[in-house]
Amino acid sequence: MIIQFICRAILLGVPLLYGSTGEIVTEKSGHLNLGIPGIMYVGAISGVVGSFLYENSCGNDIANMNPLLAVLIPLLCTIVGSAVMGLIYCFLTVTLQANQNVTGLALTTLGIGLGNFLGASLINITKSELPSIALTKTSSFFAAKLPFADDLGFIGELLFSHDFLTYFAVIIALCASFVLNKTRVGLNLRSVGENPATADAAGINVIKYRYVATCIGSAIAGLGGLQYVMAYASGVWSNNAFGDRGWMAIALVIFALWKPSVAILGSFLFGALCNANNYIQGLGTETQELFKMLPYIVTIIVLIITSMRKKREHQPPESLGLSYFREER
Amino acid sequence: MADTKIQKNHREPFLRVVKRDDMASWKAWLIRCATIVIAFFLTGLLSMAITQKGFADTYDIMFTGVFGRLFEGHTTMLWKYLQEIAILLALALALTPAFKMKFWNCGAEGQALMGGLASIVCMIELGDKLPYGALIAVIAVTSILAGAIWGVLPAIFKAVFNTNETLFTLMMNYIATQIIAYYVYIKGGGSNVINPVDAGNFPSVGSNDYFVNIVIVAVITVVMYIYLKYSKQGYEISVVGESQNTARYIGINVKKVIIRTMVISGALCGITGMLLVAGKDHSININSVGGQGFTAILMSWLGQFNPFIMVVMTAIVVFLRLGVAKVADTSLLNSSFSEIIVGIVILMLVGCEFFIRYSVKFRHNAKEGEV
Repeated sequence: MIIQFICRAILLGVPLLYGSTGEIVTEKSGHLNLGIPGIMYVGAISGVVGSFLYENSCGNDIANMNPLLAVLIPLLCTIVGSAVMGLIYCFLTVTLQANQNVTGLALTTLGIGLGNFLGASLINITKSELPSIALTKTSSFFAAKLPFADDLGFIGELLFSHDFLTYFAVIIALCASFVLNKTRVGLNLRSVGENPATADAAGINVIKYRYVATCIGSAIAGLGGLQYVMAYASGVWSNNAFGDRGWMAIALVIFALWKPSVAILGSFLFGALCNANNYIQGLGTETQELFKMLPYIVTIIVLIITSMRKKREHQPPESLGLSYFREER
Repeated sequence: MADTKIQKNHREPFLRVVKRDDMASWKAWLIRCATIVIAFFLTGLLSMAITQKGFADTYDIMFTGVFGRLFEGHTTMLWKYLQEIAILLALALALTPAFKMKFWNCGAEGQALMGGLASIVCMIELGDKLPYGALIAVIAVTSILAGAIWGVLPAIFKAVFNTNETLFTLMMNYIATQIIAYYVYIKGGGSNVINPVDAGNFPSVGSNDYFVNIVIVAVITVVMYIYLKYSKQGYEISVVGESQNTARYIGINVKKVIIRTMVISGALCGITGMLLVAGKDHSININSVGGQGFTAILMSWLGQFNPFIMVVMTAIVVFLRLGVAKVADTSLLNSSFSEIIVGIVILMLVGCEFFIRYSVKFRHNAKEGEV
C-alpha cells in the first residue's frame, strides 16, 4: 500500500519535475516563461503525432515495430516541437523586447490550443468512438521496466520499476544542478540572469545565453508532457487531460528555491499531495475535491515563508522578468 | 597587416537596433492597425488552408458566426457577441489598475469564480427567503466582498513581505477552482452541474437577457477611465507603477496603495463573476470563467491601460474567437482552432510593439570595414 502510494507519487511527480527543471534553467537566464503550460502541451502532442505517424507507417505488422525507433521518434518530435515554442518566446522577448509575462501567457493560449486541435484532428482521422487516441504499442516501449525489478521485492518496486523517462528526469535534474553550480557555463548563465549588464561587460554573450537556455529549458519541459502521455496515461491522449500541471511545475520552481536537485524531492512530494486524497480512508468525493487544493496551498506557504526570511540564496534571479537592452545601461 | 585584421573583427554589425524617441501616436496606431489587418488576413488564409474553402466563403462564415443574420433584422447573435465582449472587457478592466501599478494580478480567474460562487450561494440559499430587490443587493455585496478578499490576500503579502504576486495569484485560481468543484458536487447531488437557479436572476429588458450586463460593464468602462486618468488615486497608482522609490519620496503610502488597488481589482473581478452567474448562466461550474481571466491579462496589456482601447481590442479578439470557432465548426474541426488563431494574433500584436519602440538601422558603408 505504502509502496504503491510512493510509486504513484513518483509517476505523478515526474511531469512536474521535467517542467520545473526546464523552467529553472529558463529562469536562471532571467526569463520568467509563463508559456511552460502551453509548451508542455505542445511537447506532448508533438510526441503523440510522431508516434502516431510511425505506428501508422508500420501498418498492420505493428508487432514488428522497432523499439528503438518507436522511442526515438516521439522523443525527437517532442524536443523539436517544444524547442520551437521556446524559440518563438525568445524571438519575441529577446529580439523584439516584448513583455515576458504577456508573451508567455499568449504562448500558453497558443500551445493549449495547438495541443487540443491536433489531438482532436488525430481523433477525427482514426474515427475513434472515444474522444481519445490510444498509442498503446508505443507506450509499452516507453513504460518498459528494468528486467530485474520484480525479483527484488519492494526495493525493486520502489527503485527499479519505473519507466525510463522517470530516471531520465532525475538525471537531467542532477545534470542541470551540476552545470548551474559547478561549471563556467552555469556561472555565466546565472550572471546573465542576475545582472545582464554586468555579464555583458564581462564579455558574456547575453543574447546567446538567453536563447540557448530558454530553448533547452523548453525542450526539457516538453518531455514532461511526453512522459505524461506515454507513461502515466499509457499512451492515451485525450483533450485537456494534461490539465494544469504546467502551472504546478512553475509553482514547484519556487518551492524548490530555484534548485533542480531540490525539485526532484519537491516533485515527488507534489505527486504525493495530488494523490493523497485517493489513499486516505473514508473520504467522500466532495472532500477529495478539497484535498486537491493541497499542492497549491503548500506552494503559497513556501512562497510566503521564503519571502519572509529573505535569505539571499533563496531569492529569484535578480533580473527575472526583465528584458535586456544594451543601450539602456 | 595585423591592423586590418583587427578592423575586420570590429566591423559594425549588419543590423542594429536603436531605441526611438517618442513616435507620433498616429504613426504608432497606424502600425498597430496594419498589424490587425495583417492578422485578419492571416486568420483567413490559415482557415482557408485548413478548411479548403474559398476566401469569401471563409469570411462570410466568420461574419455570420458572430453577427448571425443581422441584416435581416435578427439581433440575437449581436447581443450575444456584445455579452461576450462585456465579460472579457470587465475582467480586463478589473486587472488594469493592478497592472498599471506593475502588480501582476494573474488571479482574475479565481477572483471571478469566487464572486460567482457568492452569487450562486445567495441565489440558492436565500432565493425563497428574501424579496427580489433585497436578494439582488445581497448578491451584489457578497460577490464584491468575495472577489475583493480573494484579490487582497496576495496584495497584503506583497505589501508586507514583497511576496511574488504573479505566482500567489495563480495559485489562488486553483484553490478557487477546487472550492467550486466541492460546492458543485454537494449541490449538484454528485454530478458536475448545478441546474439553473430561477431566483435572483437579473431582469431581462424587452426580450433581451443580457442588457443589464452590458450596461453595467459600459458604466464600469467609463468610470475606470475617469478613475485612472483624473482621480488622485489613479495618479498614485501610476506613480507606484513607475517607481516605488519616487512614490515614497513624494509621500505616497505604497503599501496602502497596493492593498487598496487590489481590493478594487478583486472587487471588479467579483462583479464579473456575478454578471456571469446572475446575469448569464444562472449556474456555476469550474469552467464558468473558462480561461478568460488569462485572456483578459493580454487585453489589458494590448489596450495600453486605456479602457476605450480595451473595448476595441476585446471586440477584435471575441470576434476572432467566435468567428473562427464557427469556421472550425462548419468544417467539423475542433473549436480549439480559434484558440490557436487568438494566440497567434496576440503574439503578432505583442511583437508589433517592437517597431513602435525601436527602429532597425542597417550598416551604412558596408565597404568601410574592409579597407
